[in-house]
Amino acid sequence: MRPFKYARATSEAEAVQLVSATPTAKFLAGGTNLLDLMKEDVERPTQIVDLTRLSHLAQIRPTLNGISIGALATNAQVANHPLVRQNYPLLSRAILAGASAQIRNMATVGGNLMQRTRCPYFYDTAMPCNKREPGSGCAAFHGLNRMHAIFGYSDKCIATYPGDMANALYALDATVKIRGANGQERTIPIRDFHRLPGDTPEQDNNLQHGELIVAVELAKNDFAKHSYYLKVRDRASYAFALVAVAAALALEGDRIKQARVVLGGVAHKPWRSTEAEDALVGKEATEANFRAAAEAAMKEAKPLAHNAYKVELGKRAIVLALQRAMDETI
Amino acid sequence: MARYIGKEMSRVEGIAKVTGRAKYAAEFRVPNLAYGFIVSSSIAKGTIKSIDTREAERAPGVIRVFTHLNAPKFRNDPQDRSFRALQSDRIYFNMQPVALVVAETYEQARYASRLVKVDYNAEKHQTDTEALLASARDPSHGRGTRVRGNPEVALREAPVKVEAEYRIPIEHHNPMEPHAAIAFWEGDRLTIFDKTQGVYEVRRHLASSFGIPEEDVTVISPFVGGAFGSALRPNYYPTLTAMAARELKRPVKIVYTRTQMFAGHGYRPYTIQRVALGADRSGKLTAIIHEAVHNTSSFEEFDDNTTGFARQVYACPNLRASLKIVSTDLHTPTWMRAPGAVSGMFALESAMDELAYALKIDPLQLRLINYAETDPESGKPWSSKALRECYLLGAKKFGWEKRKFEPRSMRDGEWLIGWGMATGVWGAFQAPAAARITLRADGTAHVVSATSDIGPGTYTAMTIIAAEFLGLKPEQIKFELGDTRFPRAPLEGGSMTTASVGSAVHGAAMAIVARLLDLANRNEDSPLKGAAASDVELLDGRLQLKSDPSRYVDAFDLMKRHNLNEITETFEARPSREREDYAMLAHGAQFVEVKVHSELGIVRVTRIVEVTACGRIVNPKTAHSQEIGGVVWGIGMALQEATEVDHRYGRIVNPNLQHYHVPVNADVLEVETIFVEEDDKIVNPLGVKGMGELGMVGIPAAIANAVFHATGKRIRELPITPDKLL
Ligand SMILES: Cc1cc2nc3c(=O)[nH]c(=O)nc-3n(C[C@H](O)[C@H](O)[C@H](O)COP(=O)(O)OP(=O)(O)OC[C@H]3O[C@@H](n4cnc5c(N)ncnc54)[C@H](O)[C@@H]3O)c2cc1C
Repeated sequence: MRPFKYARATSEAEAVQLVSATPTAKFLAGGTNLLDLMKEDVERPTQIVDLTRLSHLAQIRPTLNGISIGALATNAQVANHPLVRQNYPLLSRAILAGASAQIRNMATVGGNLMQRTRCPYFYDTAMPCNKREPGSGCAAFHGLNRMHAIFGYSDKCIATYPGDMANALYALDATVKIRGANGQERTIPIRDFHRLPGDTPEQDNNLQHGELIVAVELAKNDFAKHSYYLKVRDRASYAFALVAVAAALALEGDRIKQARVVLGGVAHKPWRSTEAEDALVGKEATEANFRAAAEAAMKEAKPLAHNAYKVELGKRAIVLALQRAMDETI
Repeated sequence: MARYIGKEMSRVEGIAKVTGRAKYAAEFRVPNLAYGFIVSSSIAKGTIKSIDTREAERAPGVIRVFTHLNAPKFRNDPQDRSFRALQSDRIYFNMQPVALVVAETYEQARYASRLVKVDYNAEKHQTDTEALLASARDPSHGRGTRVRGNPEVALREAPVKVEAEYRIPIEHHNPMEPHAAIAFWEGDRLTIFDKTQGVYEVRRHLASSFGIPEEDVTVISPFVGGAFGSALRPNYYPTLTAMAARELKRPVKIVYTRTQMFAGHGYRPYTIQRVALGADRSGKLTAIIHEAVHNTSSFEEFDDNTTGFARQVYACPNLRASLKIVSTDLHTPTWMRAPGAVSGMFALESAMDELAYALKIDPLQLRLINYAETDPESGKPWSSKALRECYLLGAKKFGWEKRKFEPRSMRDGEWLIGWGMATGVWGAFQAPAAARITLRADGTAHVVSATSDIGPGTYTAMTIIAAEFLGLKPEQIKFELGDTRFPRAPLEGGSMTTASVGSAVHGAAMAIVARLLDLANRNEDSPLKGAAASDVELLDGRLQLKSDPSRYVDAFDLMKRHNLNEITETFEARPSREREDYAMLAHGAQFVEVKVHSELGIVRVTRIVEVTACGRIVNPKTAHSQEIGGVVWGIGMALQEATEVDHRYGRIVNPNLQHYHVPVNADVLEVETIFVEEDDKIVNPLGVKGMGELGMVGIPAAIANAVFHATGKRIRELPITPDKLL
């Protein structure tokens, strides 16, 4: 790695101030993504601010209207928390579909939201990559892009956001609580958190430099009864999604009152398909309606040379996820 | 009756391994060690225009930066065209070493490696085997060109035929332990700790590279954290490590990163195969045409004999089995577990399944119809062959008779069930090997041979064999390996170690017996008077007559009476002359159940029964581990493994374990391995054959065949990922 300075933050304010002061500073949480990228010379921070002693940020607690999950809560803690399992089983499922037990013990909610793409060209400093080195070009666009985006990409970048947890957070309309450089807190609705690549793929999300994620909040909802996280991958565990679907339904009688369909592994951010959701709302939960929703979700897909399969796979995964959301009544 | 051979025994080095006491190459403590980090090229072909090391040299802790401009030249060895680093400005493959940074710590060296600036004159490269087929040529060794009968005519006239092409991507071994070496010089004498499957090979390579006598090089490699062929050839880092140590006059260590391993030791080549089979309506094969092409590098010829075993599997009078190679701007391929065999059998056994469906004959039945009672290639009898027993036992254990012939005819809810099978084959090789035994009067023995233990359990097997024939308990034996100060042994490869080194240990034990008998019979009243060495045995310290154990001499008293604290014998075992009159192979039959998700194309290998016939089993515990490991390798090859090259850059895009998939525990479900023992007096004195590679040979084909049975889709290009089954 390149040499860097290391500081252990003793308060949120100090953490924010230390990172804000240096444009090349970074927060360190579980380190499972940042350290890997530093070893590969992809991330080159000159200053590391370790958050792990800010134990109050690891709390998971009920709020008046739902739950607040501290940014430093580990993936394992969140997935196994009784409130999460009971009220937000989709979130628990999504987290457990990711990484491995060891990594989930280290990885945090904040770090997971912030994790960078797994595009292989991003990882190799000998290859062009606009995300890593703006202006160098996108090697993946005409390259080996079996894992890449089918929605919302640009000619600058076709990378996907690789995470699982966030797909569930998008379905559950989470709010990200942030502490800024001026000490003030602000919130970002999760659906505005990550960005599409456009002309600035180096920016994964809308967090400003120095801003600290302090918590993720979930409101009460009616999805706990009917939700499912389906992840299709090249091996049974420890692999990123080819396509993932976070599906959630709220029923009124036998009609769908509310629906959420969020796709993972298909875009630079979790891809919430309002087309699919609109196709479902007011309808009965039948296979035919699920198929119509799946068709609607994929209508605008623009596959690349090696990932056309994601369109068909995505459709089938949506139908299955919705069916299982109905079957897995708790 | 054997006391130890054939009985389960845990690894003698197991505790050392799990407690960290076992030292791997990079773990030896050597004072004043400096750390080298390799800088790799970013182009596939061309020359280095300029290389600027100034900033790297100024970085903290840096001792020296070696490039082709200041590194000494190695001796040219016409016998050994393997790549040597930093010898010229020429780039032959991507990620080729272009500099070596040596620093006081590993992190300093790695950091400074990023400050080395290299400018290239890039030339047009070609890394795509598919684009080079027009230039395919025969390997210059000329082996494997013999044609049996008249396959073209036979194929043309065959009433039933199938023909198809099969593809296998580049694959990398990915052992857990990265390759590493620590080298230091004492005057002109070199000592190197290395990860290798053959210390003598590394010694020869280093001696010839530095132009020094082999006796002046000591190579030490007691533990290897997996290799699978990746440490058969000396590779380029030992010379580089030794060069730096010599120039800097201090010990140097080099460890590959995972990424560097992808261009650091070779790989299974990209292989395209065409198989055409002709048969009569009863299923009898009348023609086999099996043609393979795979890649090599631009500077070295390598071939893995892809179609070699295809000649001996089925009785068929007309056969052509060829292999051609093309030169790519990639590093040279190498042997990777079950080299050639698993590739060739993937194609041949997939084609046999296709033929079974063309004939509407059960796939197992088709194999039995074409069973080779004698070697179809040489006409010689088999030294032993229990393949039929493997087929029948495997079928019974698996429940094969309940299989419905039609594809897509078995189902479990959303999952399509498929049952497939295939044949496995490997050699029963033996190479000259030597071992030395020192028997001590205190009742212990020290046994050494310069073999390796890359995981199959060589330490344990040799301990068992020595204990058996010295009549001692395993605890009384200390076996050591992996050191050029020990008698010569072949590379640990080709699954020939137990046959080769085991025979040497057996022979050395017999020499000890003969020596003791000689000592005993110097005494006029010896109860063993008149006995020949073959009439006596050692058992619990008694040298006794086999036919009448009441006639014995206490061996250790005998030694003490002669003032001998120890006696030492060295024995070199060679393949017997008798072997030449026979054909010798190890065989197996694999039965696989897969479940394929009907919508998502996900394949789960839910059940495997693997039955293996490879002579006598020395240690069932480690032997089963080998077969299970082979099965897991087969699952990886069938479903997951592929090294992907972006041919525009001539560069591997997935050189790490997040992008290059190997099976995880969740991919491996029920695996049952069974041995059918063969009593083979021909192969070697111990009656053992190769097994480490055999276990994977039929698995990829059996899985692909099961996937066909489940889905009706014939996937001829590995790996079988979900997208191919939508
Ligand atoms: C082999 C492997 C497989 C994996 N598989 C999966 C998978 O299948 N699915 C999946 O979803 N994930 C997967 N992961 C990713 C893993 O979940 C992430 O590495 C992890 O969530 C990152 O969390 P962390 O706490 O370790 O972050 P770190 O590595 O510490 O940080 C990551 C980034 O987040 C920033 N950051 C951290 N905390 C905050 C904060 N509070 N506020 C602002 N910025 C912050 C850091 O500055 C850094 O840029 C895998 C990882 C590995 C190594």
